[in-house]
Amino acid sequence: MALNRRDFLKTSFGAAGLAATAGLAGCATMQTGTGPKVVVVGAGFGGATFSRYLKMWAPNANVTLIEPNAKFTSCPFSNTVLAGINNLDDITLPYDNLKQTVDKFVPDTVTAIDTTKQTVTTAGGHTFAYDKLVLAGGIELLYDKVQGYDAEAQKTVMHAWKAGPQTATLRKQLEAMPDGGTFVMSVPMAPYRCPPGPYERACMVASYFKRAKPRSKIIILDGNPDIASKKGLFVAAWTKHFGYGTDNSMIDYRGNNQPRAVDATKMTVSTEFDDVKGDVINVVPPMRAAKVCGLAGVRDGSNGNWCTIDYRTFESKVVKNVHILGDSALTNFPKSGSVANNTGKMCAYALSEQFAGRQFDPSPVVTNTCYSGTGMGTAFHVATVFRWDEAKQSMVPPKDANGVSSAESEMEWAYMESWAKNVWADTLGLPESYNFTTKG
Amino acid sequence: MKKTLVATLILAGTLGVALSAHAADTRARFMAANCSYCHGPDGKSRGAIPNLAGLEPGYFVEQMKAFRDGSRPATVMKKHAAGYTDAEFEAMAKYFASIK
Repeated sequence: MALNRRDFLKTSFGAAGLAATAGLAGCATMQTGTGPKVVVVGAGFGGATFSRYLKMWAPNANVTLIEPNAKFTSCPFSNTVLAGINNLDDITLPYDNLKQTVDKFVPDTVTAIDTTKQTVTTAGGHTFAYDKLVLAGGIELLYDKVQGYDAEAQKTVMHAWKAGPQTATLRKQLEAMPDGGTFVMSVPMAPYRCPPGPYERACMVASYFKRAKPRSKIIILDGNPDIASKKGLFVAAWTKHFGYGTDNSMIDYRGNNQPRAVDATKMTVSTEFDDVKGDVINVVPPMRAAKVCGLAGVRDGSNGNWCTIDYRTFESKVVKNVHILGDSALTNFPKSGSVANNTGKMCAYALSEQFAGRQFDPSPVVTNTCYSGTGMGTAFHVATVFRWDEAKQSMVPPKDANGVSSAESEMEWAYMESWAKNVWADTLGLPESYNFTTKG
Repeated sequence: MKKTLVATLILAGTLGVALSAHAADTRARFMAANCSYCHGPDGKSRGAIPNLAGLEPGYFVEQMKAFRDGSRPATVMKKHAAGYTDAEFEAMAKYFASIK
């Protein structure tokens, strides 16, 4: 048993088909899954991590991973692209290693799910049967909740809340904006993907303005009554670096200002109070659980927007054998990359125990560690451990297992950069030799 | 498809006694994996965050306790350490020590 299983998998992949026909079914070291059929939709932080860890912990599971994007683009760290610290290429990573780990990687989009027959159908016309379906599709953005945010307006007004071409376009718009211009950005109503993300975005864009176009302004239109995450730390950073609280503040924060309409011709965002004009406008529309959750009929919570789950298994509370990871799930956890990664492992652990005929872990543990950068060479964190609480029938932080940085620091910026590389490697199975180009 | 799953579960069920000794190990392996989104897959880190792979188990447990009681200054680790029991520190320590 001295054989390292992961090394064995690396060398045996090419021979996996041969191994299967050689009658090694059930052998813990084989790659090809002859056991339960697991179909995973979405290769983001949740789905990719789940797939990788399930193949490690239950190698006989047959994992089909369906993902339309050719490459992985990271939402965490994408605000550094807006700051000009990194390019989109630096936060775009390959699926090559992940493809070698799963039984089947399908570059396609899911168009139908039948939870009675337990099948998934794709735009390419393929149908996959499942014993377990894992939905890790992230979020669906609801443009129609903002008047005027139609297909034409979407050519000019970016959300950049799914990292990719939108991020690159918003960066170009900021670069083209004249010094003295106004950047209008919005914060959606909680719960939304990445609670500190909008406030970090304000920091990152302000850091760029401070360096390149210091007479410019940022107006933050927040649907929430107040800064929804890491408030003390963001206010301190805005104050220290960007004159917040003075007459000459670069940042103008407006709570209770939900965007109701956009006009891409006049370049305005309208709230209940007024029409706010910008040179660049960036509106993140309301959101709900991914489209695939709608196809599976598992958007049962929060007015039909998010999916309730059993914390031990991440199985939907309304449809059997459908599990929901990451941002789509309605939980006590923040919708972060770390949580999506960690819930992927929690679900892989639960299913691997189930496949092995063992009981579920009665005391699940999920953690979150979320860094926000200021763009000024510093960062700060929120960190939380969530554990099952029998009395509350929920997952909550034990005493002292939740908190934020005492202050921004250069050390935490170095940790944030290290976190990004490690979570990408952990999610995608990137080798130790992988050459990251990210600049921290 | 359902038949496959049921068959797998029945097969696994007959092995249940033999497998039960593994149960504690799979939980430790899962909890150790919780660390890896910051500390790297199998505790092998890229960048400023320290490695956990191959750490001496006594040292690992001692440091986790020191983070928890505040005697070792920390950024995120005070919160993480407060979320686990001493027995879990030891189980994770054993797991990381076993990684080459």
